[in-house]
Amino acid sequence: MKHTLVARVRHQPGVLSRVSGLFRRRAFNIDTLTVGGSETPDYARMTIVVDTLRTPAALVAANLRKLIPVVEVTDVTHMPTVERDLALIRVKCAPQERAELAGLADIFRGRVVDVAADSVIVEVTGDAEKLDGLLDLLRPRGIIEMVRTGKVAMLRGTASAVSAATAATELAKGA
Amino acid sequence: MTRTGGQIVWECLVREGVDTVFGYPGGCILPAYDAMLDYPVRHVLVRHEQGAAHMADGYARASGKVGVAVATSGPGATNLTTGIATAMMDSVPTVFITGQVPSKVLGTDAFQETDVTGITLPITKHNALVTDVRDIGPALKEAFGIARAGRPGPVLVDICKDALQASTEYDWDSYPSYQEEPHPALRAEDVQRALDLIAKAERPLILAGHGVLKSGAMAVLRVFAEKTDTPVALTLLGLGGLPASHPLCLGMMGMHGEAFVNAAIQEADLLLAFGMRFDDRVTGKLATYAPKAKKIHIEIDPSEVGKNVPVDIALIGDLRTVLESLTREAPTRQHPAWHARISEGKAHTRSLDILGRSDGGRLLAAHVIHDLWRATAGNAVVVTDVGQHQMWEAQYYAHEQPRTLITSGGLGTMGFALPAAIGAKMARPDAEVWVVAGDGGFQMTQCELATLQQEKLDIKIAIINNGYLGMVRQWQEFFYGKRYAATPILSPDFVKLADAFGINGYRVSQRKDVIPTVEAVRASGLAAIIDFRVEQEESVYPMVPAGADLHAMIRRPAAAAVEAQGVQA
Repeated sequence: MKHTLVARVRHQPGVLSRVSGLFRRRAFNIDTLTVGGSETPDYARMTIVVDTLRTPAALVAANLRKLIPVVEVTDVTHMPTVERDLALIRVKCAPQERAELAGLADIFRGRVVDVAADSVIVEVTGDAEKLDGLLDLLRPRGIIEMVRTGKVAMLRGTASAVSAATAATELAKGA
Repeated sequence: MTRTGGQIVWECLVREGVDTVFGYPGGCILPAYDAMLDYPVRHVLVRHEQGAAHMADGYARASGKVGVAVATSGPGATNLTTGIATAMMDSVPTVFITGQVPSKVLGTDAFQETDVTGITLPITKHNALVTDVRDIGPALKEAFGIARAGRPGPVLVDICKDALQASTEYDWDSYPSYQEEPHPALRAEDVQRALDLIAKAERPLILAGHGVLKSGAMAVLRVFAEKTDTPVALTLLGLGGLPASHPLCLGMMGMHGEAFVNAAIQEADLLLAFGMRFDDRVTGKLATYAPKAKKIHIEIDPSEVGKNVPVDIALIGDLRTVLESLTREAPTRQHPAWHARISEGKAHTRSLDILGRSDGGRLLAAHVIHDLWRATAGNAVVVTDVGQHQMWEAQYYAHEQPRTLITSGGLGTMGFALPAAIGAKMARPDAEVWVVAGDGGFQMTQCELATLQQEKLDIKIAIINNGYLGMVRQWQEFFYGKRYAATPILSPDFVKLADAFGINGYRVSQRKDVIPTVEAVRASGLAAIIDFRVEQEESVYPMVPAGADLHAMIRRPAAAAVEAQGVQA
């Protein structure tokens, strides 16, 4: 099954290669890995979707925690989360089909962000199922190019995957 | 106070309590070497950087302190890697300091440039590239903290030459100390379930590993075993964790463990795994491993729990701390039937033992090790290489004390023994240090004989010389139809080799000469090499073939034929 891990990491050179190297050498299966900024400039945040058929998520998380720049790892799979994936889709589109395609995108809260003579770029944001749904509908029209960011996730409500414990740990680490 | 980067390196080492480093100079590390002369640190010039890495490792294993090795960029650093990987696999606290090309030419394939942090990423606990002189002190302080903390391991700090040359304010106290994240407190219900299993078990068995030595849990292990009347099997790296002569000590488990020990694992109804990681060399085939046993795992590294063997209860934390609290609550038990059962297997094992056999005029390696044990009264620090002699040492040199067997377990690094022994002797100059090596592995790093002489170290070297890469030959005999591809190996005349380095050399070909020669060498107070010309095609018994059931051991044949036997009835 797929598990979603959220990791807070120190924003320093090589941290992504440490994480990806770990997954490679331990033969853990990554579905998606996103990395980007967080609420503080010293830390980056990774959202990692792993296939846990071969290795339990807890073992993946325990290995991640052994990397020194990894500050905290939370498995949010069974927690209430907001999950988002963004896709840019260049799809064939004759001029007379533009309105229809824009309507289709709108149903998925997507929008046309670029128009060319015989194609448009559709931007859509949502969870993976929603993106898959739109892609299924667009595929017969001819998808020329597509890029997805991979999933990012955040806990709903007041809980934080980057918990208060982190602050205490960081203080102890002297970071 | 203002210091150059090179000076800061030594300032930090002195502050960390380092008095000895092993290394080899070169262009990019030269600013650090230049500063070295002003600091009270003994530098041991090695003959190859691999030797420096193993020396730092042997120093750390013998002393429990952090071992340090220094090398230059490029080939200096790549030569360290075998030693770093060895330390990683066996969780040895070590710090490696390498010079790197100046920061402004990083990434340009400059002379002697290699991506050292990239290369060592999977074989270090952590590493860091330092390009700014202001980061040298904090990086080194963190490196020592990480190397020691939790499950120890190697840390590499790669420092650019221009950073070593530049100057900055040095203030050790202002650098953050590395603090490992504390383990969550044990859950009371887990502890209670563990105690319940211990109270109910009829055939419990302790599997004690390297963690016993690392956490200093020898005393509490003994108390726990005695209170619960539980026999103790040891991993290779756990030898010495409980005195071999202790009535509850069964000896080594696994591929070349005694058959009665492995049989006990397979029959146990409770396994207590203390600071060990269920390596494939101790489990055999996982699907048939200890099928009747509940398993309690006390382990400092959560990523080791459930990695190979599913366990019923995991108690995460420092072994000594966890075991002390468990021991206080543990029930007092008696297991006479279980001990009787194990004793039956032990008696059968004894009946097959090579110690009870005639040598027929041949010199058998197992007899050499046994005699070495007798002559040294079991008190030596023995540093082995990897292969048959290593297993015979584990079987026939009974270790009473921790840190008296120094051996490459996880990585199985041939060439480890001589340099690791140099490190061990420098860590414990008063100890009697013996190298036990095969003729193959010894030749991999024999250049360090020059280092040994240069440092005037009294290290005794026993070469178990059978003219083969013996363990590989044994596998060829058992599993490849005796096709001895590339295993017969020519050696130099080791007596003459010793002489060339100014070391006394001896040759022993008969059993009767073993103890007198060992005693002569011990009395000399000087380094020596003894070339033991042992039976060429002897094999290590018993043996679990790789991936086979733990109980399906190849036993020492009564006659010439080799046959696999099942678990003892």
